[in-house]
Amino acid sequence: MPIILPEDPTSIAREPSTENKTGGWRTFRPVINYEKCIRCYICWKFCPEPAIYFASPDKYPAPKEALKKFDTVEINYDYCKGCGICANECPTKAIDMVLEELEED
Amino acid sequence: MVKMILTGNESAAWGARLSRPKVVAAYPITPQTSIIETIADFIANGEMDARYIRVESEHSAMAACIAAQNTGVRTFTATSAHGLTLMHELLIWASGARLPIVMSVVNRAMAPPWSVWTDQMDSMAQRDTGWIQIYVENNQEVLDSIIMSYKIGEKHHILLPTMVMEDAFILSHTAETVDVPDQKVVDDFIGEYDPPFKLEPGNPEGYGSLIMPEGPYMEFRYMIAKAMDDVRNEIRKTVEEFAQVFGREYAPLVEEYKTEDADAIMVVLGTIGSTAKDVVDWMREKGKKVGLARVRYFRPFPYEEIRNLANKTDMLGIVDRSYTFGYGANLYTESKAALYGHSSVPVKNYVMGLGGRDIKPELIAKVFEDMLKIAKEGQVDREIEWVGLQGDERWSL
Repeated sequence: MPIILPEDPTSIAREPSTENKTGGWRTFRPVINYEKCIRCYICWKFCPEPAIYFASPDKYPAPKEALKKFDTVEINYDYCKGCGICANECPTKAIDMVLEELEED
Repeated sequence: MVKMILTGNESAAWGARLSRPKVVAAYPITPQTSIIETIADFIANGEMDARYIRVESEHSAMAACIAAQNTGVRTFTATSAHGLTLMHELLIWASGARLPIVMSVVNRAMAPPWSVWTDQMDSMAQRDTGWIQIYVENNQEVLDSIIMSYKIGEKHHILLPTMVMEDAFILSHTAETVDVPDQKVVDDFIGEYDPPFKLEPGNPEGYGSLIMPEGPYMEFRYMIAKAMDDVRNEIRKTVEEFAQVFGREYAPLVEEYKTEDADAIMVVLGTIGSTAKDVVDWMREKGKKVGLARVRYFRPFPYEEIRNLANKTDMLGIVDRSYTFGYGANLYTESKAALYGHSSVPVKNYVMGLGGRDIKPELIAKVFEDMLKIAKEGQVDREIEWVGLQGDERWSL
């Protein structure tokens, strides 16, 4: 069999790097407990990916009525690599790092 | 064609000017600075249609050349010694990105102790970066090699960068007569730059992004290795075409001088070659049959030429103006590797002229005498010898 070589002389990406879903690298999955989340956005500030995005105020429950006028946050698991910085920084301990399970067929 | 009195560095600047790079990004360093000063004057005077980018380091100079060349234009830069070694990371990037950048390197010794004089350790330390490497012996060859380097590197089956080495001061700051060809002739010879890929508005592409282990990383490296091997034939073709157009003949990878019936052949790089040719003549007048081989291209390595040399003589003396601490210098170790299993002639490494120490003709004559003795006895007294250390009576003149 002949050796199969790339057509380009060097690696040329013709689709954006966002197509590379790095969430598959994750061992621990951050899960937000919205009963504790005070919408302070510290996790959003610290996420190095970034894989924490704003979401509309009514998308998730809030622990207090007064918080309901502020945007909430959610994690994009396509890109979250599970570093745990968000859980470490969260002042109300509202993020749990949960071990990813192998998907059974 | 015009005859001019040019230093090696002015010849390099003229070689660049005639090749019409659109971007020159460089950082000054002795003994290279007058190359980029001359180019800066050309651009300021409107004699060269290029953008000169001032940068804060050689690392940035190469980064700027890479980015500019990726937009589909020729680029040029120049450096020496510490500037070259600071570029190391981006030299590997340039070849991996398959960008045929051309760079003048003025060979200078590495500190400490500080030395601005010639020594080839700086470029030898870049051997593995995927750049074509040529070492020249006079100012005409500086100019001509830059023009030929664009032509060779830009071939679509090559796409590799080239560094053109000239010895510090011996060439860089010494003037001699140089034929400066007409612009039109050079334009016709190297043609327009026609890259197979380039960054363009409206056609988004990403270069050099992450590739997983199962992706074709290894295949891309294999393609660089193949391209570098193909350079040998491209050099052979290009020097022939060059001779037809410009009337100057260059030996392709290795220039030989009186090697046909030589009892011993000295193998050198750079300006040692022109001194040694005179010494060969002296020795021959005295009936001593010695010859010289000047390796022009060190990358790709001329392994077939080295084997052919061994087949026509009884001894090879490999002279290096650099050293690889731990075992022998590069020209020696690579020559020996090429010869293993192909020849049993004795081979000896002579390490000379580090830090710009003058390599006098009388010293070269002594080395030839040592080589002839080894050729006669059929074996080397020692594999590696440092020639001309202070107080060493063996080599005192």
